[in-house]
Amino acid sequence: MIKAVMVINTFGKPRLSKFYEFQPVEKQQELIRHVYTVLSNRPDNVSNFIRSLGAIFGPDTRLVYKHYATLYFVFLFDNSENELAMLDLIQAVFVETLDKCFRSVCELDVVFNYSKMHIILDEIILGGQVLETDSVEVVKAVEEISKLESTTSAGTLINKSIPSWWAR
Amino acid sequence: MNPFSSGTRLRDMIRAIRACKTAAEERGVVRKECAAIRASISENDPDYRHRNLAKLMFIHMLGYPTHFGQMECLKLIASPGFPEKRIGYLGLMLLLDERQEVLMLVTNSIKQDLNHTNQYIVGLALCALGNICSAEMARDLAPEIERLLQFRDPNIRKKAALCSIRIIKKVPDLAENFVNPVAALLKEKHHGVLITGVQLCADLCKVSAEALEYFRKTCTDGLVKVLKDVANSPYAPEYDISGISDPFLHIRLLKVLRVLGQGDADASDSMNDILAQVATKTESNKNAGNAILYECVETIMNIEDNGGLRVLAINILGRFLSNRDNNIRYVALNMLMRAIAVDSKAVQRHRATILECVKDSDPSIRKRALDLVCLLVNETNVKPLTKELTEHLEVSDPEFKGDLTAKICSIVEKFSHEKIWYIDQMLKVLSEAGNYVKDEVWHALIVVITNASDLHGYAVRSLYRAVQKARDQETLFRVAVWCIGEYGEMLVNNFGRLDIEEPTTVTESDAVDVLETSIKIHSCDLTSQAMCLIALLKLSSRFPACSQRINNIIGQYKGSFVLELQQRATEFNSIIERHQNMRSSLAERMPVLDEATFSGRRAGSVPAAVSTSQGVSVNLPNGSAKLSTAHVADLLDLSLDDAPAPSSSGGEFLQDLLGVNLMPVSLQPGHIYCVLYESFRMLFLNYNSDPHIFSFSPYYWYLLTNANQAQKRGSDVLLDLLSIGTPPAQSSPSTPQVLSSNTDNRSPLDILDRLSTPSAPSAQVSSTGGNSSMLDLLNGLPSSPPTSEGNGPAHSSVTAFESSSLRLTFNISKQPGNPQMTLIDGSFTNKSQDVFTDFIFQAAVPKFLQLQLDPASGNSLPANGNGSITQKLRITNSQHGKKSLVMRIRISYKVNNKDVLEEGQVSNFPRDL
Repeated sequence: MIKAVMVINTFGKPRLSKFYEFQPVEKQQELIRHVYTVLSNRPDNVSNFIRSLGAIFGPDTRLVYKHYATLYFVFLFDNSENELAMLDLIQAVFVETLDKCFRSVCELDVVFNYSKMHIILDEIILGGQVLETDSVEVVKAVEEISKLESTTSAGTLINKSIPSWWAR
Repeated sequence: MNPFSSGTRLRDMIRAIRACKTAAEERGVVRKECAAIRASISENDPDYRHRNLAKLMFIHMLGYPTHFGQMECLKLIASPGFPEKRIGYLGLMLLLDERQEVLMLVTNSIKQDLNHTNQYIVGLALCALGNICSAEMARDLAPEIERLLQFRDPNIRKKAALCSIRIIKKVPDLAENFVNPVAALLKEKHHGVLITGVQLCADLCKVSAEALEYFRKTCTDGLVKVLKDVANSPYAPEYDISGISDPFLHIRLLKVLRVLGQGDADASDSMNDILAQVATKTESNKNAGNAILYECVETIMNIEDNGGLRVLAINILGRFLSNRDNNIRYVALNMLMRAIAVDSKAVQRHRATILECVKDSDPSIRKRALDLVCLLVNETNVKPLTKELTEHLEVSDPEFKGDLTAKICSIVEKFSHEKIWYIDQMLKVLSEAGNYVKDEVWHALIVVITNASDLHGYAVRSLYRAVQKARDQETLFRVAVWCIGEYGEMLVNNFGRLDIEEPTTVTESDAVDVLETSIKIHSCDLTSQAMCLIALLKLSSRFPACSQRINNIIGQYKGSFVLELQQRATEFNSIIERHQNMRSSLAERMPVLDEATFSGRRAGSVPAAVSTSQGVSVNLPNGSAKLSTAHVADLLDLSLDDAPAPSSSGGEFLQDLLGVNLMPVSLQPGHIYCVLYESFRMLFLNYNSDPHIFSFSPYYWYLLTNANQAQKRGSDVLLDLLSIGTPPAQSSPSTPQVLSSNTDNRSPLDILDRLSTPSAPSAQVSSTGGNSSMLDLLNGLPSSPPTSEGNGPAHSSVTAFESSSLRLTFNISKQPGNPQMTLIDGSFTNKSQDVFTDFIFQAAVPKFLQLQLDPASGNSLPANGNGSITQKLRITNSQHGKKSLVMRIRISYKVNNKDVLEEGQVSNFPRDL
């Protein structure tokens, strides 16, 4: 089971975090900080897997991360998941979907479309289990939801119209 | 309308937060926003509820408290519009948790939404439920979820399936309701639904044994067929990841097959073919393919044995090891670690590749490979493996050297059959990475060297050469210094030269040179300097020609600012200048250090493998004078182990002993006593820092053993005190003499009284020479057996020790009301044809236990089991209930006037003592 998904930038700011096992807010922040400390000290040429994370994550917790430009994508999970598959889930499903939704995603997309990020994540992982692995399918579902939001209410939050100069 | 709430939109807030330069500034912005949101909430303003919650979630992610927004989630969920519901559910998942009572209020809304006509709203509700469902909600909503498993839209079906996983995890009783719907899901054609269905099936098997049985019976073949179809399916673009069709489905299927095959030969059998196919056909040049192979290996390792498949699986892992991708090597090593337990032979075949991984650039891979190599070491391959590892030591990263040396040392120690090989390997390690070696390691090396009497010369010469090349390795230097001090003459006269050694000529002054240059080097630390001083003192007696020079070197340290060095230098100086007659005895070689004691002490880290078969005293070179000393050492060792738990440091016991000694010292002032006192003090100092290397002990031995020759009454007192530890078996000519000389002296009695802790086999002393006054003396001791009226019901009886000639039975009982205390009646029976005389039983326990040993009923044991010796033991277990009793024992006796020593460990005590 996946325990948590985190997107942290290279300065340690959380950009997205979702915990599938209950953690109090303080603990969540502590975990994010801890993960960031571990990741920021890792050189580039090493494996993407970490098993010895320390006691605060509980026993048997594993971590898979992928470093893209200014962001770390981090999945924490227990020993029932396949590490290599989790890596594929990050790069071939999650990030690819983001790329399709935001047209080559960058940190600013993630920051300003906080709520849309959650829609996407919820279409990929539900309750710590993998829900869908086809990014086309995910994008379709996300678009349906977005359409529904904009048609039923004026108070839309998901503003796709971030000027392109913002995204630089 | 609130003037704040209309102010900023979500995007503006994010921008404002991003613009903050400092954390304090950020806190300010957040505080202001939170104030605005609170105000808006208290106005119950529906227009901004949606926006407020979106902001709150962002604030939550940054780690600020947001509990005041929880009720807003519920209001939004209850509102009719889709955007409001969506934000409401999102807030529910992020801001609330299953333990909060607020959650109770939301159950009804979720129930309504699960029945909503808009399938996206149903999807939202399912998603929230799957993330935060509590046990109560699970019971309330399970029927809805069951129904949704048959919903027409696949997106809802798959969400419902994952929701069910959460439900059965919360309430395993509900599992049976889901068995039939899942069986239907497994026939699903839609990949997404199939993945979730298979996952649900696996989880059902985990929570319910009946479900497992059912699926094993009815679905194994079906699942095998599904896997076969997926593996053979033509290219399907939608689920394709880098050329592999649907790796996630592959993996889920392999996982559920693992659950079904585990512990069931028939089910395992039916999946062998497809596993073999997946293992051989899957492409391994992409991450996705390797993920499938990895999962397949895991399944093969876990289902019932099929030798051929397992070898195939381990070979896949072997191939992984030479993959360029770090991740693949990483998982392969992890898996091989587990595979050793299953089939170590097959893993051995990949030893060479694993060894290559020790040299990997990725530290986590190196570390795992090293662990794995250590698991692979056995008698046959230890030499080449150690060679490889030692060679790698030269080029490895500094931060890896510590791990590497520790592992090499533990391998060498564990598998050393020849001492010369052990010494050679350790020298290599110390010369290469001496600064990374732990203290135990070089202590152990010294113990081994002292025990290898035929290798003393070889060791000191090798060390001499090594230290010339690698002076900067501190621990190498220390071992070398110690050995040069002890065996310096062998360095010069090439005593015991082995054929393999290259001849060297070292003069006496060369040996002194090494010490002189080294002690002056800035990097030389206090311990090394102190060791140097002792070595110099010893050399001054071994090389009389260099005595004056050595005295000069030592003299320079009389002014050292370090008290320890200053004092040593002053004392040594006076020994060299004024006590020529006793110098040679003082600087005698150290008695052989007891390997068994040493390894026993380290038993925590290394399983005690070494155990000297015969008593250490037997093969001592220096005759009877040393015999008693070894036993004094034993006494000290035992006493340390017996030391009462609260005073955890063994040194304190010695301090007590010292306190006793101070008395005679002060009674009889004189130089010898000063030295005596000082040497004791030093001994304790050394004992505290370096328990295994009694750097100063030669003094101590000297004084103990030669004191009677010195004809000083006071030292007799001391000897007497310590001869308690000298078993009469060792009746060196001096002992009775000393005993009789003390008959008119009151102080031994005092001392004996003080020392009445029965760790010394005091009762036996009484039978030594029939010395009546001594008997009187000892009658003063509390030798009455422990009162037995408090004995609880007899607990049990165990055979604690049995050898071909001797049996020791423990009758164990408990005292009511004192669970920590265990009473043991030990009973010894002689199985041999010969009478045992001078029978002594000694026992040692770990620190958490406290042992009291009462005097034995006698010291002679009739042959053929005709009678027995009994001895009472009382053990107090300070960790009662957590740790069970354990004891090391040593039994010494004489058969036909020959010393026999037997040792053993008693670990078969009943658990709950």
